[in-house]
Amino acid sequence: MAQLEQKVSAAQSAGDNAWMLVSAALVLMMTGPGLALFYGGLVRRKNTLAIMMQSFLLMALISVLWALVGYSLCFGGGGSIIGNFEHAFLRGVGADPNPDYAGTIPQSTFMIYQLMFAIITPALITGATAERMKFSGTVLFLTLWFLVVYAPLAHMVWGKGGMLNAALGGRFPTLDFAGGTVVHISSGVSALVCALYLGKRTGFPKQPMPPHSLVLSFIGACLLWVGWFGFNAGSALAASALATSAFVATHFATAAAAISWSLAEWIKNGRPSALGAISGAVAGLVAITPAAGFVAPMPALAIGFIAGLVCYLMVTKVKAIFGYDDALDAFGVHGAGGTVGALLTGVFAQQVINPIFGAGKPTGGLDGHWGQVGNQLVGVFVAWGFALVGTIVLLKITDLITGIRVSETEEIEGLDITQHGEEAYNLES
Amino acid sequence: MKGRAKERRAVSGAETFMMKIEAIIQPSRFDSVKDALREIGIEGMTVTEVRGHGRQKGHTEVYRGREYTVDLLPKIKLEVVLPDALVQRAVDTIQKTAKTGKIGDGKIFLIRVEEAIRIRNEERGENAL
Repeated sequence: MAQLEQKVSAAQSAGDNAWMLVSAALVLMMTGPGLALFYGGLVRRKNTLAIMMQSFLLMALISVLWALVGYSLCFGGGGSIIGNFEHAFLRGVGADPNPDYAGTIPQSTFMIYQLMFAIITPALITGATAERMKFSGTVLFLTLWFLVVYAPLAHMVWGKGGMLNAALGGRFPTLDFAGGTVVHISSGVSALVCALYLGKRTGFPKQPMPPHSLVLSFIGACLLWVGWFGFNAGSALAASALATSAFVATHFATAAAAISWSLAEWIKNGRPSALGAISGAVAGLVAITPAAGFVAPMPALAIGFIAGLVCYLMVTKVKAIFGYDDALDAFGVHGAGGTVGALLTGVFAQQVINPIFGAGKPTGGLDGHWGQVGNQLVGVFVAWGFALVGTIVLLKITDLITGIRVSETEEIEGLDITQHGEEAYNLES
Repeated sequence: MKGRAKERRAVSGAETFMMKIEAIIQPSRFDSVKDALREIGIEGMTVTEVRGHGRQKGHTEVYRGREYTVDLLPKIKLEVVLPDALVQRAVDTIQKTAKTGKIGDGKIFLIRVEEAIRIRNEERGENAL
């Protein structure tokens, strides 16, 4: 009997590990080439390689930092705000599961999966600084940002002892299944600060700067949609019914958001655009991120629909009113979408989907536990706060060391040539 | 037109000028124009994709709420250099084939060519065309 149980458990572990390894690969794909293409198509031709290079750089750089200290800072120890160095150099991270986080898969799998989140989060910020930030400044700033803003937030929400950790008894349990606060609010708000600090692109807003290739953006957006199944459903950390639930919620929210953004454009402009449809989809993906493993399909549709509309307004109306140059709408989509999603998670979370507070305990508003919205607000405030303060300080430091913005001549000539010595397209050769 | 062509001699010493026909036409008419020219024995030409406008209005594009007016419209520029004797027929052919009757059909310009040289064997004048 014990032998049979062992075999069943081994089979479950194998299934979990297989799914988690695939999920890790899917999330990496979201950055490269998903985000790289999505952003790459939105910038002008002369800056295409630069924005792609920034994503690719992070794929390499964050990976190394993660192996050295990153994983440990996020998931080591039991501090309420930050981890420790117990797993520095990946000490103690191997085939044995870490039951605090995922009891059926090797800790190495958990570690590599979480790495992919740490990669894409700073990459999202490059959307706000696009077309005018120095490469050297980008490298320094995002390295510091990863250590000072991302690691504490990841630890607070997902790490053992973290004060916002809903699964492990944090003081202000914030429901954040896959990173609405840790990934999207943090990067989105930081993006806004960066956009304000850097200032507008030369010529903005009078000079037309339309996307140079929406074909690339389209491909990127589709890769993001598919990859996001790894991001959200993989956050179940097992090949389980919860993973299915998160997968399903993710898909429906995205679909609804693409429709609501398109509808808004159809009504406002008389015709829906491809850029609007894919932007809507991304907004839905962002908003469902914190909610994916807590909400049922119908609420997922609602969350997506709302996010599509809110982000549409943020990007078209609010940005125009305040006049900031968030070049690729990192704040409008990730900051706003993440905030909306995090709050709606408190509304729509149900214990029947995920009894995160214990069997029989209500989860969110639909269970009658409306106080959860208050907890979500705490998480949202903390994420906004860390992102705001951290980013301002780090930008200042970076500005003093490497400088932040390229010169006007360099900006006009283009970052591909000036920062990287290359041209994206040598079509005559 | 013919009378004025004899007012001075070309650099080549010939009595008539060679002429370059420069035609800016709608891209959708290009294939028909090319076929029509081939039918009257004219094959050599240089074709460029250009942008421009005369009286034709452009269009508006909207990207995430930001509007751009695009008034440089895609056209095809066709350049053919011909001996004076063939020019009138070529111009008529181009004009009739490229015409749709709407604003934006384009224009044809005639420019005198001082000299023509074939790079391969250094032939000059009308022999080089």
